[in-house]
Amino acid sequence: MKRQFPLILVFVLGVIMALVEFIPLDWAKDFKEFALDWTIIIGVFAMGLGIWSLIRVSADRISRRQENWGYSIVTLAGLAAMMAFSIYSWITAGLENAMSGYMFEHFFDHVMVPIQATMFSLLAFFIASAAYRAFRARSLLASLLLLAAVVVMLRVVYLGPISPPINVAADWIINVPNLAAKRAILIGVGLGIVATALKVILGIERAYLGRD
Amino acid sequence: MADAKRLSFNERLLKIDRRWIFLLLAMVVILVYLLDVTVPVYVTEEVRNIYERIEALKEGDVILLGLDYDPSTLAELNPMTFTVLKQCFHKKVKVIVTALHQNGPTLADQVLREATAIHEGGGGDKIVYGTDLVYLGYKPYPALVINSLGQDFHISFPADYYNTSIDSLPLTQRVHNLTDVNAIINISGTSATDYWISYGAAAYNVPLAIGVTGVMATDYYPYLQSGRVFGLMGGLKGAAEYEHLANNPGDAIQGMAMQMWAHLLIIFFIIIGNIGYLLSRRAQAKE
Repeated sequence: MKRQFPLILVFVLGVIMALVEFIPLDWAKDFKEFALDWTIIIGVFAMGLGIWSLIRVSADRISRRQENWGYSIVTLAGLAAMMAFSIYSWITAGLENAMSGYMFEHFFDHVMVPIQATMFSLLAFFIASAAYRAFRARSLLASLLLLAAVVVMLRVVYLGPISPPINVAADWIINVPNLAAKRAILIGVGLGIVATALKVILGIERAYLGRD
Repeated sequence: MADAKRLSFNERLLKIDRRWIFLLLAMVVILVYLLDVTVPVYVTEEVRNIYERIEALKEGDVILLGLDYDPSTLAELNPMTFTVLKQCFHKKVKVIVTALHQNGPTLADQVLREATAIHEGGGGDKIVYGTDLVYLGYKPYPALVINSLGQDFHISFPADYYNTSIDSLPLTQRVHNLTDVNAIINISGTSATDYWISYGAAAYNVPLAIGVTGVMATDYYPYLQSGRVFGLMGGLKGAAEYEHLANNPGDAIQGMAMQMWAHLLIIFFIIIGNIGYLLSRRAQAKE
């Protein structure tokens, strides 16, 4: 029963949720909204579970002095500090200001923003190095890839009278071969989603049940 | 001996230390930034469509602006947000804003305050919160939130970002769900764009335009061609095009010069690498 009940629940709800999309009646709409509310509630528990898991894994790493355990201290300190700032703002200035307190905003603006912007900016350097190493005319296909990459890159480069034909060529690459490949991928992904959903609903795919 | 020397030269072309590439790229970007160079902007149809659609809106029309990005993609996407907001404020188009990325709500709040201050500081009419602009804020699970926005804003956002009941705000008193807005503009660095397309635009038949990062842009051209989205701004170039159309030169137009020279440097290194490769192949064939 421990395994059968979840399978029955998934089958019944999966079929109902698929059907309500095609039933233009109020009760179907209400049921869908009710089910979506449940998803949000379950999601809140997942967030709590995530925080608990992060604390447990980090604390375990620190207590065992595993490799890079110092980073776990920073992780826990960051988590505790941001929660403390938010709770302090909540108590002193009300719930509506819980995330706009002085310390919370300053940590966000002057720690979070520069860290994330820096991480993303570093990509430019790695892409430059990777492009130099990867784009070699080793075969016909590699040469075509190289040519397409250079033309699309030149799209943002102003080269006077040469720019208009390059822009036309770049637009063609984006709108024809790129589009054809993307459509094929999208259709493939879509069919894959339907197949996976059917496997889950019919109980063929049971990985979500765990091993117990 | 001569062959040995040429081979060594070829190898040098093929194995440039990546630290040189990093250094040169940094120097090019810093130098262009300091010289404050600007470059002409070529405007694409997909960006022009967004500008013209907003330009055609009448006073009192409403757009929903989904700001689904965090600081990592701020450099590319913030200029789009500022320019769209400027255009809407100028046209007296009402704006309802959501931020469905977990690191985005504070950022979106700052952007809205800054855009409002710039508009009012530049001689524009006062933007009245609740009447001209409403910021709904963040709720987890973008697919569910977008789906619920199509039914009723109250489901996910009974109160706005500042915890004010949306029933007390004049704008959300008359705009109840996605079908009441004239267009959705989603500026995103995440997969939330997919959800806006499927659960927002397609499900409720609302015109949607998107602004995404440069690396994401090619993923969304199928939706542009099919008409599912009426416009697309891709990366800093898309933002620069929009700034150019809106006559609002800002960070994107300034950044385009840096991006242009960085691309030229990358192309230069690609050419160097290929010259080295071809020379080494010729040398191997001779041997």
